[in-house]
Amino acid sequence: MEFIKPDINIDFIGKRYIAFFISGSLIVATFFLLIWRGGPNYGVDFTGGVVIQVRFDKKHSAAQIKKALTPIDLQDSIVQEFGEKGNAEYLIRVRKTNIELTGLGKKVEGALKNAFGKGVEIRRVEMVGPKVGRDLRQKALFAIFYAILFIAIYISGRFELKWLMSIVMAISLSVVVYIASSFGVKVTWLIVIALAVTLGLCWALKLRYALGAIFALVHDVTITVGAFALTDREISLAIIAAFLTIVGYSLNDTIIVFDRIRENLKRYRKRPFVEIMNQSINETLSRTVLTSSTTLFVVLALFVLGGGVIHDFAFAMLVGIIVGTYSSIYIASPILLIWERSGNQKASRK
Amino acid sequence: MSSKLTWRVVVIALSVLGAFVYLVPSISQNLPPWWGKILPTDKVHLGLDLRGGMHLTLEVEAQKAVESNIERVVEELKYDLRKNRFRYQDLKRVGTDTISLTLLREKDRKPFTEMFEANYPDFEITEVPGSAGRPSFRLVLRPKAKEHMMRMAVEQALETIRNRIDQFGVTEPDIRPQGKNRILIQLPGIKDAERAKRLIGKTALLEFKLVDEDHSVQEALKGNIPPGDEILYKVAYDPKTGRVTKIPFLLKKRTLLTGQYISDARVQIDRQYNEPYVTLTFDRRGAKLFAKITGENIKKRLAIVLDNKVNSAPVIQDKITGGRAQITGNFTMEEARDLAIVLRAGALPAPVKILEERTVGPSLGKDSIHKGLVSMLVGGLSVIVFMGIYYSLSGLIADVALLLNILFIMAGLAFFGATLTLPGIAGIILTIGMSVDANVLIFERIREELRLGKTARAAIDAGYSKALVTILDANITTLIAALVLFQFGTGPVRGFAVTLSIGIISSLFTAIFVTRVIFDYLYLQKRMKKLSI
Repeated sequence: MEFIKPDINIDFIGKRYIAFFISGSLIVATFFLLIWRGGPNYGVDFTGGVVIQVRFDKKHSAAQIKKALTPIDLQDSIVQEFGEKGNAEYLIRVRKTNIELTGLGKKVEGALKNAFGKGVEIRRVEMVGPKVGRDLRQKALFAIFYAILFIAIYISGRFELKWLMSIVMAISLSVVVYIASSFGVKVTWLIVIALAVTLGLCWALKLRYALGAIFALVHDVTITVGAFALTDREISLAIIAAFLTIVGYSLNDTIIVFDRIRENLKRYRKRPFVEIMNQSINETLSRTVLTSSTTLFVVLALFVLGGGVIHDFAFAMLVGIIVGTYSSIYIASPILLIWERSGNQKASRK
Repeated sequence: MSSKLTWRVVVIALSVLGAFVYLVPSISQNLPPWWGKILPTDKVHLGLDLRGGMHLTLEVEAQKAVESNIERVVEELKYDLRKNRFRYQDLKRVGTDTISLTLLREKDRKPFTEMFEANYPDFEITEVPGSAGRPSFRLVLRPKAKEHMMRMAVEQALETIRNRIDQFGVTEPDIRPQGKNRILIQLPGIKDAERAKRLIGKTALLEFKLVDEDHSVQEALKGNIPPGDEILYKVAYDPKTGRVTKIPFLLKKRTLLTGQYISDARVQIDRQYNEPYVTLTFDRRGAKLFAKITGENIKKRLAIVLDNKVNSAPVIQDKITGGRAQITGNFTMEEARDLAIVLRAGALPAPVKILEERTVGPSLGKDSIHKGLVSMLVGGLSVIVFMGIYYSLSGLIADVALLLNILFIMAGLAFFGATLTLPGIAGIILTIGMSVDANVLIFERIREELRLGKTARAAIDAGYSKALVTILDANITTLIAALVLFQFGTGPVRGFAVTLSIGIISSLFTAIFVTRVIFDYLYLQKRMKKLSI
């Protein structure tokens, strides 16, 4: 059985401007969404506060639940439906950290039982004090930073076979970030700086494969964050884990296409670069579609059947895989053309 | 069979056997007695989100331990000053680690300095300018000694909490230090989270102090507290009216006896009122001290102070040599039992603060396991069926590799003693989807080679060798992400990183090695001609 015919020949590179336009608009939309929502929707893991998952024996409206919480001054917490629709399960989120957080679970249980009688079951309570919230933020950001670092080193070394260059890059990255952090720059900005430095170095050192790959990764994660902002989902530690997994996965894809491009470059030295790129993408198309499909099967299973806690995680993976596949084809490869414009069609073949 | 093939089949058979051996303890409840002697017995641990239970992050306020130690040094110093007849004024603790002292006579300066340096090596003594003829000193705790005190406080807190939890009776509690002054506690399957928290956090400092009968409490309440005294309250809570009454007591600050001399604490029931109370038994030294205190203070009142609240202040009728005392109050049976636990385990050297608390109810835990398994089943099955349809026989070979992969991942978890969390299950499911990728790469290559006209065996050879580098490349990047997550992740995220890492490594083994062996068996050994792919 074959989905993709072996002699398929879609002109992917030709359509790259359409792709750039779509991606560009999605990324701009993400920025506007983030501004409109006032920044990413960080979960209690990062902001501190309390999350309580409650199950009732019958449904109540969010407004009713909030009213029930008024005696303990929590009427302005966020209440939302959770999990399967039939279940009357809700999530109560209290973001304040200036109130006494310990024992809040019991207080909420008491208030709800007072209002709704016995059919109240507290399924889960998560309380994160401000200190731990700060710690988890740091951890998440360091995880992202180190991931960028190691992946940048690996890509430049592996692709460009310029291990020396990659070490230079690693050192310059560490130095720049160290200097920035000693100026007391916040960690979020450190990551942006790290990314900018990495991309800049790739540009300056003409590491176009690395440039293409990292660009695609940034593209993927940004659009996934946008999807979260659009649907107002929370970003918790588990979601950061999903982002990093998406990075790993999308890189897989990109590497496979790039490997094929280089293999074909060696073999067909006479043909123009654009043609070879198209050919490589077409050749790997079968594999790309298949792997994405099988991974999508399982992620869909998680999304539909995995239950409320895994739901957001699966959503991130869903968006990430789709966008990741698209970016390997339409974004990462065309970036390789950047230096071809300057007239050197046949130069710098490796 | 060719010898190369035989060897490889043996390797696979041994791996599968090994995997089963590691998994048996997790599946079966009753292991035969000889099992534990030579074979592993580590089960796969279930995380709190699958089992239900409570996770706590505590911070030991070690600074306060240092402060109370300094207070104790102040008392010792008072004794030493009196013994050596150094007249003084203004002896008190300043801040966390300093004592300030002013002597009244210039001639005491040198002998005091010598005495202090000899007897208090942990402190650094500096003179400060004071009024004429009155040498003033700042006695500062050395940083090393302070660090040592703080470290000891954290260790002691850890031990005390461990003792308390042991007596509470939780299966498989996990208590460990984190960083300089934090303690991580995991109590799986715990039913009453609030009681556990109360038990853990109670400072439980038991002190015996004399009531100051010579001065008036009312005067002291107005602000004239006599030197060496303090006001502590007896707090009474009437459950019927919900009212809280506070009765003040004027006590001499000096602690005559503390709870560290208690060798046992038990719950008894008062016959008359059917109320539970706690009897304390002192150890030998404590009993001697208690006898001395009671003997010297007959007809005076001795206050029993628990966590700086007065529990009772009975009149000492006689010298008590039996080394026993009682703590009464409107206790429920549970409160009395918890008090006994806490007195037996000892006082916390410093207060602990709860920084993070995550509690999962058991019903949610069961639900999560159920949902996780169902998704794994549905996702796995759809992939298996799809591969079988798309790649025919070769697809089925890949499916065998997939099933083996799941086996190896579970065994890997048991081997490392890792914890399976809900994101961990998601990691396994992801691995199912991604591990198929390696086989897809190989099979697509094989199809290409077949199109170029190669024979079955040649196509298989070429497919595997060309795809290998790409497979390794691609999986390394996901492995990097997984390892970073493991390093920086906590709890559930770490569980995810573990299953992802184990999954990737094991999928390389099954997708490349195992499937190749099966292919070789079919096409080399059995000499099948046509490649069903």
